Formats: sequence, structure tokens, C-alpha cells
Amino acid sequence: MSLTLYDKIWNEHLVHQQEDGTALLFVDRHLIHEVTSPQAFEGLRNSNREVRQSKLTLAVVDHNIPTTDRSKGIDDEDSRIQVETLDKNCNEFGIQLFGMKDKRQGIVHIVGPEQGFTQPGAVIVCGDSHTATHGAFGSLAFGIGTSEVEHVLATQTLVQKKAKNFRINVNGKLAVGVTSKDVVLQIIGKIGTAGGTGYVIEYAGSLISDLSVEQRMTICNMTIEGGARAGLIEPDKKIFDYLKGRPMSPKNDNWDKAVKYWNTLKTDPEAKFDKEISITAEDIEPMVTWGTSPQDVISVNGKIPNPENETDVDKKNSIDRSLKYMGLKPNVAIKDIKIDTVFIGSCTNGRIEDLREAAQILKDKKKASHVYAMVVPGSGLVKEQAEQEGLDKIFINSGFEWREPGCSMCLAMNADKLKPEERCASTSNRNFEGRQGRGGRTHLVSPGMAAAAAIAGSFDDVRKYKN
Amino acid sequence: MQKFTSLKSIPVYLPIVNIDTDMIIPKQFLKTIKRTGLGKNLFFEMRYDDNGNEIKDFVLNTEPFNNSKILIAGKNFGCGSSREHAPWALLDFGITCVISSSYADIFYNNCFKNGILPIILIEEKIKELSEYSKRKEEIFIDLKEEKIIYGNNELEFDIDPFKKKCLLEGLDDISLSLKKSEQINSFEKKLKINKPWIFND
Repeated sequence: MSLTLYDKIWNEHLVHQQEDGTALLFVDRHLIHEVTSPQAFEGLRNSNREVRQSKLTLAVVDHNIPTTDRSKGIDDEDSRIQVETLDKNCNEFGIQLFGMKDKRQGIVHIVGPEQGFTQPGAVIVCGDSHTATHGAFGSLAFGIGTSEVEHVLATQTLVQKKAKNFRINVNGKLAVGVTSKDVVLQIIGKIGTAGGTGYVIEYAGSLISDLSVEQRMTICNMTIEGGARAGLIEPDKKIFDYLKGRPMSPKNDNWDKAVKYWNTLKTDPEAKFDKEISITAEDIEPMVTWGTSPQDVISVNGKIPNPENETDVDKKNSIDRSLKYMGLKPNVAIKDIKIDTVFIGSCTNGRIEDLREAAQILKDKKKASHVYAMVVPGSGLVKEQAEQEGLDKIFINSGFEWREPGCSMCLAMNADKLKPEERCASTSNRNFEGRQGRGGRTHLVSPGMAAAAAIAGSFDDVRKYKN
Repeated sequence: MQKFTSLKSIPVYLPIVNIDTDMIIPKQFLKTIKRTGLGKNLFFEMRYDDNGNEIKDFVLNTEPFNNSKILIAGKNFGCGSSREHAPWALLDFGITCVISSSYADIFYNNCFKNGILPIILIEEKIKELSEYSKRKEEIFIDLKEEKIIYGNNELEFDIDPFKKKCLLEGLDDISLSLKKSEQINSFEKKLKINKPWIFND
């Protein structure tokens, strides 16, 4: 029988097929962070349970930590307790932790690939919905709740029901200045925020193969914004080259064995998908979200939609509510929207290639005087690499703040947040009400578009800034 | 886990689609290391003004809906972040049953780990029930029979048999999975031979 890549990984991890249609699935790699793990460890302790395979779990602090000087620790008491609790739990249960002062610390979905902890064909889970990021390596990676974190710690398995198969083909070439962020925003705009619910998405097509490993991560990362828990891409030589020699990648004989296996991770040519769509890369323009759901997205040359043109009552109400929250009027051109803040970072766009893309636009240019702008590298290693390349100087000379790594203003759990009605061009993944701070107004864009907005002081077409 | 068998309550209707988990419980309340105490902050930004006072006309702040145990909401309920704090907040507020035409996958699963019943109905039936909720009369949810009874009407709903069993009996799925320890052992043994790199041996 012809199988999809998802089918194959699923079958390889089947510990037990249960009569009720659910399955016990083995988990190869488990990532944890300070926000969604404390109650899981508390549950283990309350039931006198052990961690079954402590070496298959890697812990990192990211959501809650300051991105400014860390030498004095964390001011916020609740945040500090959460970070200390993770430290204590990892000590007690023998789990490796990258703490706040570790150079390898960073956003969990940037650290996993960077360390070679993320590997093709693996089932990877984390108590975070952006775990789909790791699917870029041809792994089955998805976010779980805290009770499931506890389940994985105790059993190294999860009870799962198989999802359906959805393939999204993207063929052709992107115009200069258009990035994988624009591709995934276009996809979400097309399928809607619930379009992938109940599915695992495989991204395929010539454009996807042409993308770099990091660009693929941006696409898989936002899969959850289209409703699917996991999105994956067939692994290829680019993936193997990326992983070779990383600290937690297979070594020596094991490397050869692993690559031999990884080369088999392909969807069969005759495999059937329950749903399939195709997108032409040439049609994709730089995108900007205008509303409070990632599906509310339009080209930089577009206009804010008019709810009066909407016949569906739910949709009309939803647009009304979004525009009210966002402080926007129908039919206004995107390029006429003035911004207050620029945030470059997050598990979506906090990698070295993202910083290079933004820095290239900002070189020898100043941000608009009314704009506050910050860059938060995705990890300590990304920060170090960027500094070696002199990117930090470019950002600082443009008027950006150069920060320490973490999730930061993507979800504003630490001190980095928008004030009410502040408008932000953000390279993050969610524009929900209050996401970046109560009353804050988020527009999702690519790193290049964020840089262009910083210079212009309002949204602008990044293609104008490309030589 | 607390069992869910049946429930009688006046339902509260939130006519919003795509209610995300950031809306259900904003990030500033994720800094807890406990599962309890989140109910007062449920739907925080819709429920309180900038000074922390209750917004009078928000439905969950009005009698009798401030005591509702059943929440009816627009489609794609619980999308976004995987935070289990969302079902914990609902539970702590007293809501143990949600009714919508669709849910985000992670939220849906998280409900069952916490004794919350998420019912799926077609849009038309959601409209019917939400209209009925204006009467401020109790409705009855019977999980065993998979029925919602309101006034003289009855509605049937479908639910996965395993999930239903777990709710009815309040089963802890970790202990169920631990009963499969032998299968997990033998899976790991084979894995060490076939894919030695997974354990980095």
C-alpha cells in the first residue's frame, strides 16, 4: 500500500494499536520549558512516578526570561519561581537543562534543531503549539498540553488518534524580497485558521525543496495557525548537511545508519491525500496581517477589507470586531498604516538567516524617529553568530535595541510588551487580541518587511529596498 | 480526574468565532506553577477594564450567567497556544461543558484530561441552543445517553467511545498507559537495535 511520510513515521512509532482506534505512540524527543511543565512534574511527584527516559527530554528556559541584562536575575517574582522550578525539577529527575546563563539557551524550537536534538523521522513533542517547527526536518512534531507532558515523562509515549493527510504543494520561484513567511501567511489566508484541523500537513513542491532549512522551519512553525498540529517536509541532503556534526546529532557509525534510514523518509508516489491544494510561488507578494487572526492577511499593496461586503454574518461580525480592536477603518491602504513598534525575533523568525535578511535592508539606514524597534535573537548561539557577522552593529546603528535571546514580545510574558493601542510590525506568529500586551495591535510580517516598516515608519513594500 | 456523567445548568452563550486560548486565559496568568486559581482570570480582557473592575455588560459578569457551567461558543473554539491553563481556567470558573461546532485539536484533547466535556454540534443546532439560552433556563447534558435536553426538546451528540469512557469513569490515562509497560519495553529494545542513534548509545 502506498503511504505518506506521515503514515510511515506513525507506523514506525506504534507501540500498541488499541481497539478503540487510538494508538500508543513512542516519543523519541521531548522538549520542555518553564511555563507548561511545572504542573506535569508536580503530577509525577503526587503519583510517585519516575521519568522513564530522562535522556530523551531536553529542557530550556525561554518564555518568561528577561531579554535585558541577566546578571541580576529575574525581577518578576512569579517568573523567577517558574524558572527556578524548572531548574529544581530537572535536577531532581536528571534532565539536561539549558538555563538562563547558558550560551546554548534560546527559544525551544530554535535550540532543538541547533543542537541536533531534532532529527528526521522522529516523533518530537513539546508543551508548546509551535512544536510543528521541527517538522521541517521530516519529523512528526506537534504541541501537547501539560497533562500530555506528564504522560510523556512517565511513559515516553502518547495516546493519539491518527490524523488525516493534507498536502500543500508550492511550485515555482519567489520574487526577490518575498520569503517563506509570506508563503505560510498566504497559505493560512487561503485555508483559514481551522483549515488544517484534524490533519497533518505535508508541504511539497519545487519551491519547498528550493528553500533553505531555516526557511522551511518558518513554514512548518506556523502550521498550527492553519489549525493543523503538525506540518512536515520530506528530508533531503540540505537537512542532513545541516545536522552533520551538531552536538546531539548521531556520530560515527550511527550517523551512517541514520542517514540511510532518513533517505527512506519519502511519501510514496501513489500515496493518497485526504485533501490537497497547490499554490504558485510567483503569485505570492509580501504579506501583512490586518486583523486579529493570522488568516486576516493581505498583500502589502492591498487595502483593509470592508465588512459591509461580507455576506456571512459570522465573518462580518468577526471583521467588525477585529477592525475595532485594531483601530482600523475599511478600505485604508496597508501602506498608509503608521506603526509605533518593530519586533524582530520569535521561533518563527529569530534565526540567523532572518536577522541577515532584516540587516541587509537596514544597513546604513535609520529607523523612523517615532518607531521603537528591537531585535531578540532566537538563541545565544544565533546571537553569537550575528555578532561575529557584525549584524548587531547594523541593527544598533539603525536605532534598534539588541537583546538577549528568548520568546520576548512574541507573547509578552516577560517585560517586553506593547502598550494599549500601540501598533507593531512583528515577525512573530500570532496577532490575537492582547497577544503582545493588553490592547496592543500586532501586524505579522517577514523580517524584511519589519525592517522596511522600521525605516518608513509605516508599512512599505520590502521589494523597494532590495537592490 | 473528576468524573463527568451529567450536568444541569443555565448555559452561557459567547457569540464569537475563533476564540483563542490567549483570550480564554492571557499569558500573564501562565506564570503559575499550580493548576488551580485561574477561574477569576478567565476571559480576563473581556471581563475586566483597565482598572481591574468587572465590565458590567460582559455576559459572564451578569446574573445568572456568572454561575453557568455550560459555555456555548462560536466555531474553532480554543485555537492558538497549547496552554492547558485554558481548560484549567474554565474548570476553576465552574465550566465543565463547552458546546461549539468545532474545536482546535490541542484544546479539544486538553479538555478530556481535565474532566471537561467538549460537545460538537452543527451550526444550526448551536443557533437553536444559543437562542434558547436567552430564556435563562437550565438545560441538561447526559453524557451516557449522548443527549442534550432543553425544554421539551432533545438533541443528540457524538463522542469518541474511549474519550467518553474516560470521562464517565474519571480514568487517569497515565495509569492506563503504564499497564502497557511490557509493550513499551519491547518497543524500546527493538529501537535500540534498529535505530541506535535515538538513544545516542
